[in-house]
Amino acid sequence: MSRLWAIKIVLLVIFAAVIVHSGIQLFEHRHHKLPIVAGPGVTKVIKLSEYCAGLKGTVADTDVFILEGKEKGGKILFMANTHSNEPASLLTAIIFIENAIVAKGTLIIIPQFNHSGSRNTRPGDGYPLYFHIQTEWGQKTFRMGNRDASPLDQWPDPDVYIHYPERQLLSFIDVRNTNRTWPGRADGPLMEKVTFAAMELLRKEKVDLALDVHGAETMFPVTNCIVAPEQSVRIATMAALTVKAMEGFDNHVEPSPQGFRGLSHREIGDYSDTLPFLLEAPIPFLDQPTGPKTEKLLLDGKDPFLLRLAGQKKLFVPYDESGWPMEKRVGQHCSVIQEIVKQYSRKNPDGTIFIQNVPRYADVVKNGVVHYYHDPAKSDADRIYLH
Amino acid sequence: MSIVMILYYVMTAYLVAMLLWNFVREKKSVDDMILYLIILIPLVLRLFRVK
Repeated sequence: MSRLWAIKIVLLVIFAAVIVHSGIQLFEHRHHKLPIVAGPGVTKVIKLSEYCAGLKGTVADTDVFILEGKEKGGKILFMANTHSNEPASLLTAIIFIENAIVAKGTLIIIPQFNHSGSRNTRPGDGYPLYFHIQTEWGQKTFRMGNRDASPLDQWPDPDVYIHYPERQLLSFIDVRNTNRTWPGRADGPLMEKVTFAAMELLRKEKVDLALDVHGAETMFPVTNCIVAPEQSVRIATMAALTVKAMEGFDNHVEPSPQGFRGLSHREIGDYSDTLPFLLEAPIPFLDQPTGPKTEKLLLDGKDPFLLRLAGQKKLFVPYDESGWPMEKRVGQHCSVIQEIVKQYSRKNPDGTIFIQNVPRYADVVKNGVVHYYHDPAKSDADRIYLH
Repeated sequence: MSIVMILYYVMTAYLVAMLLWNFVREKKSVDDMILYLIILIPLVLRLFRVK
């Protein structure tokens, strides 16, 4: 064998090792299943494709948990993991699915709104593939997803994403971002089908409130807030003031910009009778000038560089040595969601929604997030949904 | 899978084949050989629908 071919074979072996080593990890991540236990309040679980046939059989199709009260009342849709790299929303949704009891009205929860995004990764930015939370009954492993759907499910991207129907020019990557593709269309790209299905759900089920739950950087002004269009501002303001007064945490109100298209808090209000709200909790992990993007940073939100920047007043949220732990973020979401529901119910006695058995901010901070999760091993198999 | 997406997979397969052919034909530069293989990594992962 010539020296040249010996070099080529060595290089090919290294190449194969890299492909196999990385490929197995990425394949396992994409196919990892997260068990969610349908709690006593869940009365029905359907697929989002029931509202858009084009989703059927695709990775973008996702479970819709429905919690119906004994008494008729208003209806609320809670969407989590619109951006799957903002996992406090998913953790909050699981608390609701596994614990909530609806006494009046209907609560609809989509825990993995961008299901394809939850199976996507961002290894180029050094994101971990998973994060783990220790429970009393073992470790719960979550996929760390990405902001956008996987190109394996929707490819290629256009040079520029032309929003439908407003024709505003958006970044090419937003064609895979389910918070830019609202209100969507039945025959558009896959992520437009996802948002179209959600719009159909809102319109056909006559849903009163839609809550899209997110996380945002501490250096981004639209963080730690409720984003609301004109018709939702009153309820959002009352909710923000109440949680500040009663529970002691800030959550200001940001107006939904009229000229920026494709966002849930804009298009849901413009294309249906539903009142939309978008909730943001700070997530230091997403800030650019941090240390390594570790699982620890994701969960405790402690970073020395952000701490220095906080000293220079460069952040838009209070920040000290305690960071922004997941418990605070999930606790805020739990309280703000319940407060919006309460404020809406006060103003609309016919559309009252009464949700019980969900912790508030102080409970989650004190007990931790996983305190409210059920052990799949001790649950009925027909109540477990693998995500 | 849409027709456009299938066409992109065909283009990817073509690029993979061309890069492998260039790798096989390369007779002097080890740097170029390494370069061909590095460029192949994302294309192969996409072709196998892994990433």
